[in-house]
Amino acid sequence: MAEDIYRELILDHYKHPSNFGHLALRNGKARDQNSNCGDSVDFEVLVKEGKLVDVAFTGIGCAICIASASLLTEAVKGRSLQDVMALGETDILANLGIKDLTPERMKCAMLPLKVLKMALINSRAALPEQA
Amino acid sequence: MKPSWRRPQIKGSETVSFKDKVDEIRRDFPIFSRLERGKPLRYLDSAATSQRPIQVIRAVEEFYEMHNSNVHSGVYELSEEASAAYSGARKKVAVFLGAQPKELVFTRNATEALNLVAFSWGRANLKPGDRVLLTQMEHHSNLVPWQMLAQEKGLKLGFVRITDDGLLDEESLKDELAKKPKLFALVHASNVLGTINDVKLYGKMAHEVGSLVLVDGAQSAPHMRVDVKDMDCDFFAVSGHKMLAPLGIGALYAKEDVLSSMPPFMTGGGMIREVTEEFTTFDDIPYRFEAGTPNIGGAVGFGAAIDYLEGLGMNWVRDHERRLTAYALDLISGVKGVKVYGPMDPDRRGGVISFNVEGVHAHDVAQVLDEEGVTIRSGHHCAMTIMERYGIPATARASFYVYNAEDDVDALVRGIQRVKQVFGVG
Repeated sequence: MAEDIYRELILDHYKHPSNFGHLALRNGKARDQNSNCGDSVDFEVLVKEGKLVDVAFTGIGCAICIASASLLTEAVKGRSLQDVMALGETDILANLGIKDLTPERMKCAMLPLKVLKMALINSRAALPEQA
Repeated sequence: MKPSWRRPQIKGSETVSFKDKVDEIRRDFPIFSRLERGKPLRYLDSAATSQRPIQVIRAVEEFYEMHNSNVHSGVYELSEEASAAYSGARKKVAVFLGAQPKELVFTRNATEALNLVAFSWGRANLKPGDRVLLTQMEHHSNLVPWQMLAQEKGLKLGFVRITDDGLLDEESLKDELAKKPKLFALVHASNVLGTINDVKLYGKMAHEVGSLVLVDGAQSAPHMRVDVKDMDCDFFAVSGHKMLAPLGIGALYAKEDVLSSMPPFMTGGGMIREVTEEFTTFDDIPYRFEAGTPNIGGAVGFGAAIDYLEGLGMNWVRDHERRLTAYALDLISGVKGVKVYGPMDPDRRGGVISFNVEGVHAHDVAQVLDEEGVTIRSGHHCAMTIMERYGIPATARASFYVYNAEDDVDALVRGIQRVKQVFGVG
């Protein structure tokens, strides 16, 4: 299982995550933590005309959590809000290239998507009518 | 460093080596006949919950098979047997802690025991502006109930700070005691740092300023001789499941005069003297605090666990764990890129070792170790104020008990090397 999880893709994204940092222009952000372990993730988004134009994250987490966030940012940039809001567990596992995770580790993998969706909801609240 | 099974040079251990004794002990624990991920089970998570020997499992089984009925007012033989088993268990736990049976209340666990003190003694005795002193190394179970009560009653909380070595800062303790708290609630042995606090000394200091003293013994009573009278604490909380007993049984010790003065925590059957439509008078201690049908089977198992521990001898248990902890501290802190938290002197700590591998999150450490059959815990261990103190999100934690030996530590160290290999660090 360790071999399955800790493949190069995941370790690469853990050590050198994509889109890690802050956005100069943003209109939504959110933070949440995994209450069992105290790990936390922050997402910042720039939404324009119903599309996720830009996204960045920061956070502290395990390899699964950070790689999941990194791969997620790559997968969602430029996509419609509708598409992103429809993402779920199978998409996250597919991103990570993992068949299955134990329930505890699934929480680590899912935290970034949860926070990204919160950030998107915040951006829509801030800008109820997209131009 | 190679594992060594040499005969120990510890007084009183005469002829049987620790290794022989641990081999014998392991045969009493059915769980060690199973594998973990296809490898021998290296159970290093006893600070979360211990395993249980066959003697405890059989005692519970026998209770349900042969003596099961409710306690208290039954006049038939079966009920007399259940009542005798329940009060017998209370006596065993009380004697084990150096208490009188009437000073010993059965609870679900240490958490319930601590909540009992907050809800009963705390609500009845604390007034707005009163101070409750805690420490920065409390488990959430001895912090959150006081925070809740503080919000409800307008109390002020103080926290004794932790030194870089993972000890309680005695200067900070003196400063806080000078503010005259009404209660000092502190952990005896830390579930993260392993620190064993000198609760007798600190309790005496607290009594001198008129404070009562509550000791969270969840991580100490399983591992060392505890004598609540010698310690002179007012309250002492334990969890049975961390000391070989079944899940769902724990106990609160409170000094007779303190307990007698306390109102009930929960109310209902089994704790009353007389009930009319208008009013209720309550039973004597300790029954006043045990509303509803108690966990009789759990108490019987708790008694059997005490018998098992007394059979080993608590001095042996402490010697064994101190020796194993010294061995583990030496090996683990010697691995490049590994940071160990808490005091490095095995005389000042119990068999709990929190550590981090540089560049690897504790979850990932635990996951890779699991592949090697080594079961450790990762996270904040319900002690987020300690994580904050050290500026870390989590630690990996290995913890020992009577069935652990050097071979478990060796497997742990091999596993840590494997973690470093998988993550390409150090």
